[in-house]
Amino acid sequence: MKFGDKKISRRRLLGTAAGATAAIPLLHESFPHQGVHDQLARAAGEEHGGGGVSSRSHKGAGHRGTVGRVDPRVNGFDPQEILRDYDRGKVVREGGRTVREFELVAEDREIEVAPGVKFAAWTYNGRVPGPTLRATEGERVRVRFVNGSNHPHTIHFHGIHKDLSDGIPGVGVGNIEPGGSTVYEFEAFPFGLHLYHCHSTPLAEHIAKGLYGAFIIDPKKGRPDADELVMVMNGFDTNFDLANEIYAVNTVAFAYHDSPIQVKRGQLVRMYVVNILEFDLLNSFHLHANFFDYYPTGTKLDPRDFTDTVVMGQGERGILELRFPFTGKYMFHAHVSEFADLGWMGFFEVSD
Amino acid sequence: MEAGQATAPRTTAGRRIPGWVAGLVPLLVLGAAIAAFVGLGAPGLERNGIPLEEVAVEQTVLRPGEIELTVRNDGPDPVQIRQAIVNDAFVNFRQTSDEIGRLGASTVTIDYPWIEGQAYEVALVTATGGTATTAVDVAAESPDAGVGFFGLMALLGIYVGVIPVAIGMLWLPWLRQVDPRVMQFLLALTLGLLAFLGIDALLEGTDFAGQGSQAFGGAALVFFGAAVAYLALVGVDARLRGRQAREQGEGAGPWRLAFLVALGIGLHNLGEGLAIGSSYAIGSLALGATLVIGFALHNTTEGLAIVAPVAKGETAGGAQRLRRLIGLGLLAGFPAVLGAWVGASAFNTSLAAFMFGLGAGAIVQVIVQIAPSVRDSAGKLMHPLAVGGILTGLMLMYATGLLIPA
Repeated sequence: MKFGDKKISRRRLLGTAAGATAAIPLLHESFPHQGVHDQLARAAGEEHGGGGVSSRSHKGAGHRGTVGRVDPRVNGFDPQEILRDYDRGKVVREGGRTVREFELVAEDREIEVAPGVKFAAWTYNGRVPGPTLRATEGERVRVRFVNGSNHPHTIHFHGIHKDLSDGIPGVGVGNIEPGGSTVYEFEAFPFGLHLYHCHSTPLAEHIAKGLYGAFIIDPKKGRPDADELVMVMNGFDTNFDLANEIYAVNTVAFAYHDSPIQVKRGQLVRMYVVNILEFDLLNSFHLHANFFDYYPTGTKLDPRDFTDTVVMGQGERGILELRFPFTGKYMFHAHVSEFADLGWMGFFEVSD
Repeated sequence: MEAGQATAPRTTAGRRIPGWVAGLVPLLVLGAAIAAFVGLGAPGLERNGIPLEEVAVEQTVLRPGEIELTVRNDGPDPVQIRQAIVNDAFVNFRQTSDEIGRLGASTVTIDYPWIEGQAYEVALVTATGGTATTAVDVAAESPDAGVGFFGLMALLGIYVGVIPVAIGMLWLPWLRQVDPRVMQFLLALTLGLLAFLGIDALLEGTDFAGQGSQAFGGAALVFFGAAVAYLALVGVDARLRGRQAREQGEGAGPWRLAFLVALGIGLHNLGEGLAIGSSYAIGSLALGATLVIGFALHNTTEGLAIVAPVAKGETAGGAQRLRRLIGLGLLAGFPAVLGAWVGASAFNTSLAAFMFGLGAGAIVQVIVQIAPSVRDSAGKLMHPLAVGGILTGLMLMYATGLLIPA
């Protein structure tokens, strides 16, 4: 463990696994994998007497991470809120079918991606990542796009649809010039976790500057109730050297490291994880002290894997489902460790 | 422009206005014009684009668990350092100034458990997302600037500066007996030695100038330093000539020449000491017998250069002569100690460039001084013996320079 700092140790101590055994009866009913249940129960017993990580105040081995905090009020968006913020659009009925109407406005905006470090972003609706759009399979999706930026942009949705609604230059309405607008319309299909992003050229630049967001299509029958979290893994090339200086989930480096994500012990947690990183071929998601069911792209209802680490290429995404059997603080980060050191690192804080 | 119109009539009309006031008028008008220009927000001029941030890392100091950088803002606008990255990881740091103005400096102290012998890349991230990077090629603890350290630097300076020069001066008794033709050859050899040192100082100076902050002039500092030293020595020479003429009449030239050679070599050794001290401070100098022996052989030839002018026609008697020789030896050698102290404690590439410039300029002046002594009976400077001596001097310096592992 690199974190021997007093500050972190204190936080860890606050969130130690006090009363962890109380979780077991609950787990008994709800934990998705019966096979691991007994092991978990044993592990809980071991954990019960354990304290936090001991403080190691060796000079220089201490705190890693960014210095200071990003004020969400200055940025206009808060990574804590982005986690559970879903835009379900305006529902209208047309000829017996449900239509969801969304509006996305491209806007040039300076955002703070690490404390004190500004980035001249291109945004959808003033935030990075853009709003998490959510519809149900089979519904009609109608997205009005207004380009309030100084550069031409589009919105390209992943999904199955006709070319005219694909949102790329040269096909259909093509590039939307500054001040222009258009409407993209298609059927929400197939269900799963998708994404949308600008497809104007140069493509890497239009994506890397912040024009992207998650797009969730729920299956008709829905998924089990859960605490649902959206995590868009991204990065920022702040000095234009075609490599990222800062890595994050939902934009702000170390945001969930400095303010852990609050979850309840035993509750089903569903994470919609999208990798939109540019310049690096691979990104990954690794959870500490726990395992999760993994549904690549979320297009099947059965998990493909039960693991603690998934690797994703650019544009790849998947749904993760798990329960936390113990209270305490549990780290998650890219297992591409360089990204973790550069901001892609956070904590879940599990409480009763 | 209005201010100019208002003041012009007064100066021409009034003979009663003292001369110095008239001399001040253009300055006052300039001041008023600048104030008006700035006050009106530079009318007619609009800034184009976003200014490039230029942050130079001037000094890197490694202490256990800490990397300390001295950074200077070379750019036109204030810069704010907001984050620090060491080997691709954000790290905790503190700084002495939150915002660095133009030409301002700040000390950034980074908490980092660096490991001896490893290489590190440090990037400071500014508020605009720009990065200023510097590399630590081989991590080693920087020496503390305590008494012991200054003692060590003094010892090093004495080893490479004072002692070799003094040893070289022991050639004096021999020089007094040699044939005038040999003496001429040796003076030409001295020219070669000095030419080598001059070129060396110029190159080292421009090398340093290219490394750090460019805001103070970069390579121009080397040439500026050279001009300063050259002109200063010309001034000193003129004063000495004047005084000698009054006190002793003509014929005291050799000591004056020896003094100038010693001063020139001293200024050069100042730069050499600076280079040694700074490389030692950043851990990139392998201190050891080879280094000291290399420098010693190299610098012993400098002692020869100092005594060569006084070998013929020398007038001073025993005790006075010894005092003078010791003085000359210290003048030439001791600056190496001073340079090592400055280099190890307050190193700055701009300063180093300037100091090497001083050395180069001083040497050029000394060459100009010695050259006439090499002339043959026909007044010819580049006779075969002189050319041979110069080339031998260059080769000697080159060969002994190879012995220095730095």
